[in-house]
Amino acid sequence: MSNTQTRAEAKRESGRASARAAAIARFVVIVVTTYLGLLAVTFFIGRVIPIDPVLAIVGDRAPAHVVERTRIEMGLNLPYYQQFFLYVKGALQGDFGTSVLTTNPVMSDIRRVFPATMELASLGTIIGALFGIPLGVLAAVKRGSIVDQIVRIIGLVGYSVPIFWLGLLGLLVFYARLRWTAGPGRIDVVFEYTFTPITGFYLLDSILHRDWAAFRDIFAHIILPASLLGYFSLAYISRMTRSFMLNELQQEYIVAARAKGLSETRIIWGHALRNAAVPLVTVIALSYANLLEGSVLTETVFAWPGLGLYITNSLQNADMNAVLGGTLVIGSVFIALNLFSDLLYRVLDPRTRIR
Amino acid sequence: MMMGKMNARFRPLLAGAAMSMLVFSAAPSFAETPADTLVLAWAIDDTITLDPGESFEISPAEFIGNSYDMLVRLDIADTTKVKGGIAESWTVSDDGLTYTFKLKPGLKFASGNPITAEDVAWSFERVVKMDKSPAFILTQFGLTGENVAEKAKAAGENTFVFTVDKAYAPSFVLNCLTATVGAVVDKKLVLEHVAPVTPTDDYKFDNDFGNGWLKTGFAGSGPFKIRDWRANELLVLERNDNYYGDKPALARIIYRHVKESATQRLMLETGDIDVARNLEPGDLDAVSKNEKLATTSAPKGTVYYISLNQKNETLAKPEVRQAFKYLVDYDAIGSTLIKGIGEIRQTYQPKGVLGSLDEAPFKLDVAKAKELLEKAGLKDGFSVTMDVRSSQPVTGIAESIQQTVGQAGIKLEIIPGDGKQTLTKYRARNHDIYIGQWGMDYWDPNSNAETFTSNPDNKDDAATKTLAWRNSWDVPELTAQTKAALLERDNAKRAEMYQKLQKESLDTSPFVMIFQQTEVAGLRGNVKNYKLGPSFDSNFLAPVTK
Repeated sequence: MSNTQTRAEAKRESGRASARAAAIARFVVIVVTTYLGLLAVTFFIGRVIPIDPVLAIVGDRAPAHVVERTRIEMGLNLPYYQQFFLYVKGALQGDFGTSVLTTNPVMSDIRRVFPATMELASLGTIIGALFGIPLGVLAAVKRGSIVDQIVRIIGLVGYSVPIFWLGLLGLLVFYARLRWTAGPGRIDVVFEYTFTPITGFYLLDSILHRDWAAFRDIFAHIILPASLLGYFSLAYISRMTRSFMLNELQQEYIVAARAKGLSETRIIWGHALRNAAVPLVTVIALSYANLLEGSVLTETVFAWPGLGLYITNSLQNADMNAVLGGTLVIGSVFIALNLFSDLLYRVLDPRTRIR
Repeated sequence: MMMGKMNARFRPLLAGAAMSMLVFSAAPSFAETPADTLVLAWAIDDTITLDPGESFEISPAEFIGNSYDMLVRLDIADTTKVKGGIAESWTVSDDGLTYTFKLKPGLKFASGNPITAEDVAWSFERVVKMDKSPAFILTQFGLTGENVAEKAKAAGENTFVFTVDKAYAPSFVLNCLTATVGAVVDKKLVLEHVAPVTPTDDYKFDNDFGNGWLKTGFAGSGPFKIRDWRANELLVLERNDNYYGDKPALARIIYRHVKESATQRLMLETGDIDVARNLEPGDLDAVSKNEKLATTSAPKGTVYYISLNQKNETLAKPEVRQAFKYLVDYDAIGSTLIKGIGEIRQTYQPKGVLGSLDEAPFKLDVAKAKELLEKAGLKDGFSVTMDVRSSQPVTGIAESIQQTVGQAGIKLEIIPGDGKQTLTKYRARNHDIYIGQWGMDYWDPNSNAETFTSNPDNKDDAATKTLAWRNSWDVPELTAQTKAALLERDNAKRAEMYQKLQKESLDTSPFVMIFQQTEVAGLRGNVKNYKLGPSFDSNFLAPVTK
């Protein structure tokens, strides 16, 4: 009997192990295909857009022979598939090429611009979640009331007002008129030569340096664009929180909790929100990913040297090495966030754990 | 109990609000920019290299103009003349082929190395051998990789001899040498940074002449040194204490990359920057009305035009070309769309250059245009497209023209696109009508004459692709005249020849010239002696004080 039990357990164990191995293999295949697909699509779009990549290097006035020579130097005379193969081969060896616009290796550019965007998007998401979740909960609890309407309007404005306009308005009010925040850019020029970045995340760097004057300045620079991005993710997060909460509040366990005499606060914040938190994680992760790749306009208005601006500028000049490098980073961010939210799911929802 | 519930429910909100208060109370006090530093906001994303032998864009021209020196410089007081830079004096041989420059004695580069004729010769040699975009400004004098060492050489420590292949107008040769490609680089310093290269059929030399290093490095002798450049972010110039002339009053110049006009205006009003460089008409107007701020402006060598591709049979009719010139509302465009940032100009040579012509015979006259169209057999009008890049004031001008040509029955479809996209199409001669801008390559009338009125070979695979070529305007007669003007050694006669060229092309050319760009800048009230020059490499910052 016990022998049979052991055998059955061993079988189950090996089943679990092979399921795990299959899951990992599936994940690897998905990641590799995603990267290759991403690269192929970006590469070929880059080659078919009607912009001559040579123009970015030689300008409009270069003589014809200089244009031709540069075309050959860039390998643009080769067939597309060969160009793609060479790119992938280089990328596998860690060589992502050089950006023609900045003359730096693409990865060194990205190491510089990505932390700027990530710092901004992270703070934006924190602000968005910090305000968005309570507002969403409030709207769900007070469904149909004036509070719900106000939250709806806040969300609607966040969705529909152009970020460009709102950014300028924010600068006008908080920077130019009230002087509560600092202006565009990441740091004031007075710190330009006294502050040395370590990680590229300026807030963190200023803490590491214990340079509190720089910290205050950096914070004063980042808070306005971050609040703006936060407002946009707030619009999304509050709407989604509201709908998840409404769903939870109609569940039977809520009725049971009320019957048990639990306080309303405990029911809402302790039980309903806890269960709504599971899908909310995906919402927040998605909103974070969107901020990471889609804050081009905010970066333009606030002269923020980030990834969005880098990729857009590169695309407009057909600087394809830079575009491909940027796309790879964004792809990695999406994959990592997906993975992270999957893992968090397992922590938050015991049902999703493999037994 | 109720109160407790409320508190619990609103706790996150209260915490958020408290955090916001903390944030705002942490906002810094707003100091002005440092007293010894000039901070400028400018769109500097066109800078892709700082090597004077390679750079050919707008913002780097200003950086190089302030940090390098050339043999001769444009005389700002009279832009039809040049004055000595590194050269103290020069002579031209009687046959017009040999230019001998005597250098000012005892000059030093920023590095401390002495400036010798050998540095000048090597600077020419590297430009010609690297053969990058602006190299043609020197190679047009007959220099090649094989003969440059002989044609541009040092004859003693302070004497540089330059031999040209034809007896060109001396003004032409000297004007070309004022271009940034003529900057003298520190040979000793650059040689420490050359990288080996494998020779090919197209590039026969075994090293890069320091191009890789100089893209971001500095080896000049101007009033400022380039200290730091972070692409699309900032560029810093610092006073060069080894400069031979008047030392700059300010220790440092910081250019911050800010693209938006409205953002620049706010930064200027707040005092975070001293100079705003990309103000659009609305913001410029507001700045000029602010008593704490000032504005300055200067006409630049850039002209805006629309051009009609002569491959399109309809547009190739002389009457149609002429009709378009009567279908632009110059007055309305001048008083609104380009107010403060440009001046209506109907000839292709910018004001201030030798031989420029100030005629403006065209005005909006729909009746006359209709008459011309009828003569061309197009009484009922026709349809045509215009490639327009999506930026102001170009889009506004295109829309204005769309409306005015419509009055004469021409149905104009605007094809919007990104700058490089419309340019790619234009360069391939695939457009009907293109709206574009052209800045002078070097401060000499030949620069624009050569592109607007010369087309040596109209075939698709021509070696020389001028603007006349891009619009398939085959003009052997004008091409010959343009060439002849290059060899006229009498300056007054030369000026007359360029005026004649402009006059002849006024009616007949496929170019409808619209305006000449005025560069404007908004300044803080305490900024003194900030003057914009006629070209970007003559926007000199050394005299600026605060």
